[in-house]
Amino acid sequence: MWEKEERGLFKEVIRSKWFGPLIVISLVLFILPLFIPRFYTYILALIYVTSLLAMSLNLVVGHGGLFQFHHGVFYGVGAYTIALMLKKTSLPMWTGFIAGPIVAAMVGLIIGWLCVRLSRLYFGMLQISLGSLIWVIAFRWYSFTGGDDGIPGIPVPSLLSSLKNSYYFILIILVICLILMYMILKSPFGNTLQAIRDNPQRCEAVGINVRRHQLIAIVIATFFAGIAGVLFVALERSVFTDLLFWTLSLEIFIMCLLGGWFTFAGPILGAAIMVALRTFVGIFTEYWTLILGIMLILIIFFLPEGVMGYVQKLFKPGAKGVAERGK
Amino acid sequence: MDFSAFSSQFLVGLSRAMILFVVCAGLSFVLGVLRVPNIAHGSLYMIGAFATFTVTKLIAGSVGFWIALIVAPLVVALVSLVAERALFCHLYQREHLMLLLFTFAISLILGDLVKIVWGAEYRSVSPPALLKGTISIFGASLPRYNLFLLIVGPLVAVALWLFTNKTKIGKISRAAAVDREMVGVLGINVSWVFAIAFVIGCYLAGVGGALVAPTASIIIGMDHSLIIEAFLIVTIGGLGNMWGALVGSLIFGVTQSLGVLIWPQFAIVFPYIAVVIVLLLRPQGLLKAVW
Repeated sequence: MWEKEERGLFKEVIRSKWFGPLIVISLVLFILPLFIPRFYTYILALIYVTSLLAMSLNLVVGHGGLFQFHHGVFYGVGAYTIALMLKKTSLPMWTGFIAGPIVAAMVGLIIGWLCVRLSRLYFGMLQISLGSLIWVIAFRWYSFTGGDDGIPGIPVPSLLSSLKNSYYFILIILVICLILMYMILKSPFGNTLQAIRDNPQRCEAVGINVRRHQLIAIVIATFFAGIAGVLFVALERSVFTDLLFWTLSLEIFIMCLLGGWFTFAGPILGAAIMVALRTFVGIFTEYWTLILGIMLILIIFFLPEGVMGYVQKLFKPGAKGVAERGK
Repeated sequence: MDFSAFSSQFLVGLSRAMILFVVCAGLSFVLGVLRVPNIAHGSLYMIGAFATFTVTKLIAGSVGFWIALIVAPLVVALVSLVAERALFCHLYQREHLMLLLFTFAISLILGDLVKIVWGAEYRSVSPPALLKGTISIFGASLPRYNLFLLIVGPLVAVALWLFTNKTKIGKISRAAAVDREMVGVLGINVSWVFAIAFVIGCYLAGVGGALVAPTASIIIGMDHSLIIEAFLIVTIGGLGNMWGALVGSLIFGVTQSLGVLIWPQFAIVFPYIAVVIVLLLRPQGLLKAVW
């Protein structure tokens, strides 16, 4: 029966309206590095890493309705895990790539298990304090994590030594993760999760274990965040404590908001906007956060469903506004 | 560990808790009345500290600090009034998550404005002549300035209590915290009540910024490290509860300073552990939340 279900899910992926564009876009992105300068290849790869991170947050925030305030910690934990394993141990290098997401998911399990018993704002606050604990430890434990110097010059496998190769690696992993996330959201589990977001009381009444579903969602999301952290190391070859600081977590939130909470691909767009803004506005002025702040306020005032949400509404004017759906 | 080291460290913790309390009382007041989790509160605190620096620079001598203590919070109040009337007042009906991101946007803008006006260098303010040096209490030596903080904190608490319980506008704002529609039905201009409550909360952020100026270096980014502590304090105390803010600040300040005696390298771990313990044992905060 499971097999049947999975085949059904896979069919759903192939039949979905996203599948065609995904294939076309990823093919275009695959040949793109042959034509564009090195710098743009790097920026694109950074966008992929960031969008995977934003997508993983949206899994629990947009689709799960949880106040995941400190998602950046799991990204940082994934990155630090692989960084420490590559730098300090002589284990085969691929083990680091596997350990990163797993350790992130384990931390997600512990923090999530503590947090799901609280609701909404308290959930977020407990997560921030637990996440800050991890940040403090990384920040102060100089002998192990390098403190605020971070860990520079991490050795990566020779396969990823050139920028182009790591670009392809990141792109392939991103596409696989996107398909997996889509399958998760379309599965019975994903539907239940969205039902819990829209009406937790009723879900509890029909016998759904709300907390367990939320916890599983957190673990899945943190696993993907860990993958994003590993990809970050594959690209940058360094880690620093800013990855664990709470402002990064809010930035990921902003990406989801910019792109659109309830849309599947919105966070990718948000991440692209954010990285592009930081890079290209950062060239002209050091005050790029000022621009970001103004943009954010405009979005909140005029496009509360994000850019992608707005575009979707343009094409489907009859669809009920998603902002009202949650209430 | 001898007793005098312990008690002086304890008193330093208490005085740091007083600064936290002044800031958190403002944050908690805004949370309670307006239901806005205001991340920009930290930026206003930073503006208060920088404004104190400027005033003490302009007016030489120790009188400069006392004037700054009055002027800097007023500058902050003015900034917050403009922000409230121009932006915040249109958004009170939005959900909390949106408000949180909105106030984060404001804090990004204010942070960059501070960078434009004051630059990114370290600044410092020296305490007035009256508060320089140390005194000894029960064998423990304590900087005079910290003693001053220990006096100011309770004064602010009393003043805020008198305001919310004895003045008309304070009572109205407490009523608006419970049921804003009913207050509107009674013919009170809720919009202005909210504006006043917001400005008062932010004024306290400015007071906190002015008070912290002589004890720490004033630098871009001080808002980020403070606001997260402030939010945790307000949450463990009970959202919107002023006495909760006081209890939370004391827990935070004292655990940190006593942590220095136990394990200096990881002293800042202790307050976070305390917060985790409190939230796990009493998820709704130690005192009654107004939410």
